[in-house]
Amino acid sequence: MQDLGISILFKGINFQRLMGGLWVTLRLALITIGLSCLFGLLFGVLMLSKKRVAKVFCRVWLEIVRFMPQLVLLYLVYFGFARLFGWDLDGETSAVMVFTFWGTAEMGDLIRGALTSIPLHQTESAAALGLKKGQVYLYVLIPQTLRRYVLIPQTLRRLLPQAINLSTRIIKTTALVKMINVTEVLKVGQQIIGQFYRQPDAAFWVYFVIFLLYFLVCWPFSLLAKQLEKRWA
Amino acid sequence: MADTILRVNGIHKSFDGTGVLRGVSLEIREGEVVVIVGPSGCGKSTLLRCINGLETIDKGEIYLRDEKISGRTKDLHLVRQKIGMVFQSYDLFPHMKVMDNLLLGPTKALGKQKQEMEREALSMLERVGLKEKAHVFPRTLSGGQKQRVALVRAMLMHPEILLLDEITAALDPEMVSEVLNVVIDLARGGMTMAIVTHEMRFAEAVADRVLFLEEGVVLEEGTPEKFFHAPTTERARRFLQSFTYASKRDKAEVQPKNNLED
Repeated sequence: MQDLGISILFKGINFQRLMGGLWVTLRLALITIGLSCLFGLLFGVLMLSKKRVAKVFCRVWLEIVRFMPQLVLLYLVYFGFARLFGWDLDGETSAVMVFTFWGTAEMGDLIRGALTSIPLHQTESAAALGLKKGQVYLYVLIPQTLRRYVLIPQTLRRLLPQAINLSTRIIKTTALVKMINVTEVLKVGQQIIGQFYRQPDAAFWVYFVIFLLYFLVCWPFSLLAKQLEKRWA
Repeated sequence: MADTILRVNGIHKSFDGTGVLRGVSLEIREGEVVVIVGPSGCGKSTLLRCINGLETIDKGEIYLRDEKISGRTKDLHLVRQKIGMVFQSYDLFPHMKVMDNLLLGPTKALGKQKQEMEREALSMLERVGLKEKAHVFPRTLSGGQKQRVALVRAMLMHPEILLLDEITAALDPEMVSEVLNVVIDLARGGMTMAIVTHEMRFAEAVADRVLFLEEGVVLEEGTPEKFFHAPTTERARRFLQSFTYASKRDKAEVQPKNNLED
């Protein structure tokens, strides 16, 4: 009897390989999300600066992110930087750099929005206490912004889904890194299909399972978003 | 004669071409309480905001003791450390408990010891009757309690001068006196203050000197006795009239009753 295509996934260590690939995907995404949150916080603060240099800097960054396909940036860093600066970057590092570059801009924009929603008199009364500008952000504005993410329903309704949406987009976009030789879940899938080229429905089943895996990873995020919205609304 | 703490010298400030302050001068000596009154939009709040650099002035100078503090862009925070300010809206930091609100300035801006400041903060809280509120979040306080905490927060910086910008304007009437009594207590303790207020009886009770501001100009300046009972300008008379009501019964004019206790 002809095997069903899906059975190839359970031959040998294929499933483990796929899981290994999924882990690479997740690791990339989580590191990127973490770094994007961190740098996004700084970027959001920078976006509010009145200094010309800072304004131009943020503008250029945002425009690059807006207009450049991720794939072009990946190639630019992975292949281009290696030649130009003699950096020997592996695929994963390049990917983290590129995706963080993108995530920072988007997270920064969310943070900027949250910061501007804090009433001006909070800034003024902190300044009136004789705190330096950086201290005003560090002790008064940023903690309130972060609390707004978790505690204040109205801002949360707007912000948290956006932040989670960004996270799922980052997870999905990591699929691109197979183009720069990172063996993530999609790449592993293609290798398995290659092995079983005689099996005509292999491609369908492998991609279907990968589809399910992405769904299983991203779904909890949107569940979490809904849950949080419900609890704090 | 006591030292001059603050000297404001012919300052001008306009917003979008509209002159809000048009040559205001003012001197405040150590331990003196100056109350600034005038109709809405006369520039009272702007004057206070210019003093601690929340607004930059277009012309004139401001000196704190002998140091010129206007026109500075660098190290403005060092100037503000010496000038306490309390605003109309409750500006406690909502993510911090009362005690952390109080300690932020002294520990982070002045770099003082936390423990030592905590003791001082507690005794100040006790003085304004809020000792038991040290470890609650501001949202659990009433408006009057919040403003008392805000006063303590400003005082813990040991400022040279305290600027109060309509600190009871947003309060329910029954909470006004609990806040203003704290201010009177501070005044008795010798605190130098510039106060903007709409509470005329309080103004009379606390002021050493009253400044009447209209359309960005000081129209009248004098002792509270003189200003409230024998104003020299027609404008000031009309302004003070606006705080009185006609009586239903005897048709004579009566002063509105104010909540101030003493």
